[in-house]
Amino acid sequence: MNRLRLRKLRQTGAFSLLWFTGAFSVLIMLFVVGYVIMKGFAHLTPDFFTTPPRGGLSGEGGISSTIIATIYLVICTLIVATPLGIGAGVFLVEYADHLKSRIIKNFVALARFGVETLAGVPSIIFGLFGYALFVTAMHFGFSILSAALAGSCLVIPVIIRTTEEALKAVPDSYRQASLAMGASRWETIRKVVLPSAVTGISTGLILSAGRIVSETAIFYVTLGGSYRTPTSIMSSGRTMALHVYYLAMETRAFDKAMATGAVLVVLIIIINLVINVISRRLSAKTGS
Amino acid sequence: MTGKKRLESAVKYIFLFSALMSILIVVMIGIFTFREAIPAFREIGIIKLLTGTVWRPGQGQYGILAMIAGSGLVTLGAVVIGVPLALGCAIFLSEIAPPAVRSFVRPSIELLAGIPSVVYGLFGMVVIVPLVRNIDVPGNTGFGLLSASIVLAVMILPTISSVSEYAIRSVPKRFREGSLAMGATKWETMTKVILPGARSGIMSAIILGLGRALGETIAMIMVIGNSVIIPFAASDNPLSIFLSRARTLTGNIAVEINYATGLHESALFATGVVLFALIMIMNSSARMLIGRKKWEK
Repeated sequence: MNRLRLRKLRQTGAFSLLWFTGAFSVLIMLFVVGYVIMKGFAHLTPDFFTTPPRGGLSGEGGISSTIIATIYLVICTLIVATPLGIGAGVFLVEYADHLKSRIIKNFVALARFGVETLAGVPSIIFGLFGYALFVTAMHFGFSILSAALAGSCLVIPVIIRTTEEALKAVPDSYRQASLAMGASRWETIRKVVLPSAVTGISTGLILSAGRIVSETAIFYVTLGGSYRTPTSIMSSGRTMALHVYYLAMETRAFDKAMATGAVLVVLIIIINLVINVISRRLSAKTGS
Repeated sequence: MTGKKRLESAVKYIFLFSALMSILIVVMIGIFTFREAIPAFREIGIIKLLTGTVWRPGQGQYGILAMIAGSGLVTLGAVVIGVPLALGCAIFLSEIAPPAVRSFVRPSIELLAGIPSVVYGLFGMVVIVPLVRNIDVPGNTGFGLLSASIVLAVMILPTISSVSEYAIRSVPKRFREGSLAMGATKWETMTKVILPGARSGIMSAIILGLGRALGETIAMIMVIGNSVIIPFAASDNPLSIFLSRARTLTGNIAVEINYATGLHESALFATGVVLFALIMIMNSSARMLIGRKKWEK
């Protein structure tokens, strides 16, 4: 009887420790997010969003040009990455299982390996690659173009994975019905499968936009860091995340850095919420 | 009709091409970084590069041992701090958290994964570094391995926690039921049945976390101090090695690549090759561990 009590006691001790780790992680999140937002918001004024950084060692000015550069870069990256990512996802779900040629089947295995490997490559390697290929070898220089091409390596696996999941969630009966009506595979994909998967795929694009907004290392070595407003895809630029880095490391303007960081964190929270709402709605619809 | 058929097969090959783009990028990354690194491997020598303790590009000395030590130690520190916390969270979320608590804790941990690394770096500079500076050891500035390990531990927590949780969840229910039916307590069931069953999944989670830690760049540059020295203990306590400044492999590349030329640039690409190889080895071993265990239903 006594031993049983000891065993129960041990369990109570262990469980309280586990509750503690759970609570502690939440506290860490609340502390980091809360600290950055509270400190940052103290320095946020409407002017901060509408004036460009003035540069110099004091880190004067706002963040308007970095907001424009960020939006510019997100759009350019998605233009490169979206067709490739969705195309790859469509192939892996809609075509890969219906192949007859052994050679193409090997290609599929290779493609899957590529997606998994790419997802694990650290971003500084993408930066190094982008610097060697786009900035130097192809003479794009430090520009939105170079950064977008390097950045798309980061988000292509994200888009492929979410596309795959969205397509897998489309019931097979839809495809069978369409094919039975005499539609070809491409017609089925274009008119039946993709329209029903579009919400799921869009979460992948939102997630990718978030990754570009948060990423710093790739753009530190490919984007150049000019705080002027970019005027074309060949312009150098500075995203908000990059601006935080320069403010903290080069001008030591921690207040401005914190304010910019707070804007980033709020953006990321919004993105997370949107994705959560969409995926909850999706899983409610499919009933899983 | 033939036009339609031709369109069908054209579309298929376009999709095939997009699917192959990923492997193409991986191959191109390999080729480009390696090609740029060849002069360094040839002129400095692989052994000298990997074991050289002095990195002075101005004087033609290119040894990356200090950076290997820096990356290794900071990753070790992050694992020591982060793994117990992450595993605790994984067990908590999969085994004992009531659904209402879980639906709050899990998104919180997911949000940790979304916070930009530059924000972690900033938080580290403003909050963690001043705290660490209070430790009374000669030469301690707060910037160094300990601050970097703490920041990194938080950054790898979501990866390790979510992959381990998945591994724990995929242990079949009948194992748990069998153990409970034999009179084991819930905790005994967890430690003696469920966790051993999920071991390979948990191992792969930790390795994935290690890969993440090794690859982190910006947050590390911001808090680790970036001095090219082999970390050393500045007091009698050997643990004070963690108060030493250091530089990571990733930081070495990022800090110097934009102005490096010639052999210096090539040596940075060689640093990239070493990093890429390390991470490829880790990720493929994690993948092998995940793939090995499949429970029969």
